[in-house]
Amino acid sequence: MSAADTTTPAKVPPPRPAPPPAVPGRPRGQRTSGRAATPWLLLAPCLLVLTLVMAYPLARLVTLSFQKFGQSQLWGFQPAEWVGFANFAGVLGDGEFWAVVLRTIVFAVGCVAFTMVVGMAIALLLQRVSAWLKVLINIVLVASWGMPVIVATTVFKWLFDSDYGVFNALLSRLPGVEMVGHNWFASGPEGLAVIMLLVVWGAVPFVAITLGAGLTQVPKELEEAARLDGAGAWGVFRHVTLPVLKPIIVMLTTLSVIWDMGVFPQVFVMRGGHPEAEFQVLNTYSYDRAFVVNDYAQGSAIALVTVGLLLGVVAVYMRQMLKIGEVE
Amino acid sequence: MSGTSTLAAPRRRRARLGWNTLGLLVFVTAGFPLYWMLNTAFKPAKDAIDPDPSLLPTGLTLSNFRRALDIADFWGSAGRSLVVSLSVVAIGMVVGMLAALAISRFAFRGRKVVIVGILAVQMVPLVAMIIPVFLLLNDLKQYDKLTGLIITYLTFILPFTVWMLRGFIVNIPRELEEAAMVDGCSRTGAFVRVVFPLLAPGLVATSVYGFIQAWNEYLYALMLLSQERQTATVWLANFTTKHGTEYAPMMAGATMMAVPIVVLFLLVQRKMAAGLTAGAVKG
Repeated sequence: MSAADTTTPAKVPPPRPAPPPAVPGRPRGQRTSGRAATPWLLLAPCLLVLTLVMAYPLARLVTLSFQKFGQSQLWGFQPAEWVGFANFAGVLGDGEFWAVVLRTIVFAVGCVAFTMVVGMAIALLLQRVSAWLKVLINIVLVASWGMPVIVATTVFKWLFDSDYGVFNALLSRLPGVEMVGHNWFASGPEGLAVIMLLVVWGAVPFVAITLGAGLTQVPKELEEAARLDGAGAWGVFRHVTLPVLKPIIVMLTTLSVIWDMGVFPQVFVMRGGHPEAEFQVLNTYSYDRAFVVNDYAQGSAIALVTVGLLLGVVAVYMRQMLKIGEVE
Repeated sequence: MSGTSTLAAPRRRRARLGWNTLGLLVFVTAGFPLYWMLNTAFKPAKDAIDPDPSLLPTGLTLSNFRRALDIADFWGSAGRSLVVSLSVVAIGMVVGMLAALAISRFAFRGRKVVIVGILAVQMVPLVAMIIPVFLLLNDLKQYDKLTGLIITYLTFILPFTVWMLRGFIVNIPRELEEAAMVDGCSRTGAFVRVVFPLLAPGLVATSVYGFIQAWNEYLYALMLLSQERQTATVWLANFTTKHGTEYAPMMAGATMMAVPIVVLFLLVQRKMAAGLTAGAVKG
């Protein structure tokens, strides 16, 4: 029995004969569940599409990773051949792969940490600034949040251009600094730092605005009580604000990890479609294996490993989302 | 009491001044990339290649936009992006709304599995899927066809649409529908006359957001269409000519891409932000 049934008054008039019932032969008191087939009929088109565009490719991804599948299999000159775990063995036994995994994790952790800390700082700051400034900052945040990733990437490419980029020009205005002509993408760590800045710049608005909305729900009395008990600003934040915001923080962190591990266009477009070895992250590496080296099987194996790495984080996110689902 | 507040007032004012200074810094830093994009787009091209550029606008010209439109087929790309995005949203909305109704208004066996499934497929990284999707479209002879791209985009638009609409539907009290049914509406009639009007703002917001996502997609557009059929994002990302990258026209192109999308986004942001983390505080 669902909540809706209990809210219906006990003395429901008997169903009127005039309009034909929507669901013929509906059992008494089951108006919220309907006939068993109705929801499945409604779901059918959605499930059909998802089977075609998700389930089938996912299954193919798994089978591909156990096959030998290169150029000649793509054009149908040779049948795909089962090779067992050879692709995985090849990938996992490759030192470069582990370098890429490490780079991806360091990059993603850096992005997430900066995004969360800066986002939280801005959310707290927005509570303290004058109203007019709050409006201005909010507009800028939402506008940069809405920027298409490709646009943001091209803009950052321009900001950090070695000869005419404004960033180098501004740095050079500092006394004793001469940065014009400095190529930020000559070395992997420096280039990835710029890409990290791009990712954080794009991700902070969502975090700051969502946390800001959460902050308005922190009970004022709790903060007041903590202050009366002698807690300083940090104490109030640590023992009152953070615990109340914890569900939002868990959600935002897991989402950010999923997004930042999946960074692709930022690296790909920033490096003009051909990321150098020291710029490869898992996704570009998988792409590279499949479409540049034409080893679709090994590319699939790398993609599967990436999905596997993310499973734990996804599980936390889903649990949090489902907890909310149960509240309704 | 009044004594402490008069003493505290100047201190509070000074604190406010400090926070405002910090706030202005955030405003300038966060807004700078946007400002610089617009600044470069409208400045004369020769001022754009100045190693020590003036931070203020140096003049207003539209020549960069003219040049950007010349470089490659912008209108064709934008048109294709529009066709793809609108089709994806139209299909996604109809199919997604039916599914959202099923999981939010019906109690049936397997409902939970469907919900978990829809949440889970949202988490599959698109990049991981590109290899099998490429092979699938290749087999279906849909490579380099807009229809192929439209079907592919449903992978990320559909789960998202279902999830968002579900959130909007569960917020419409069931009692309204039941009242209509007690008054003689059929179940479909109750939906069309009661739920649908209340759902309309949510439908609009979800469509706009879906449109933005489809419009912004890059990887599938790059991989599944040939260069003659590129979409707007690919057009912008390939903004290099044989003379190298012309940054001023590129920023003009970026402006043309960004402004409509940012405006659309400003309109629906408030509604959508809630959806991603809806009720997280309650949880």
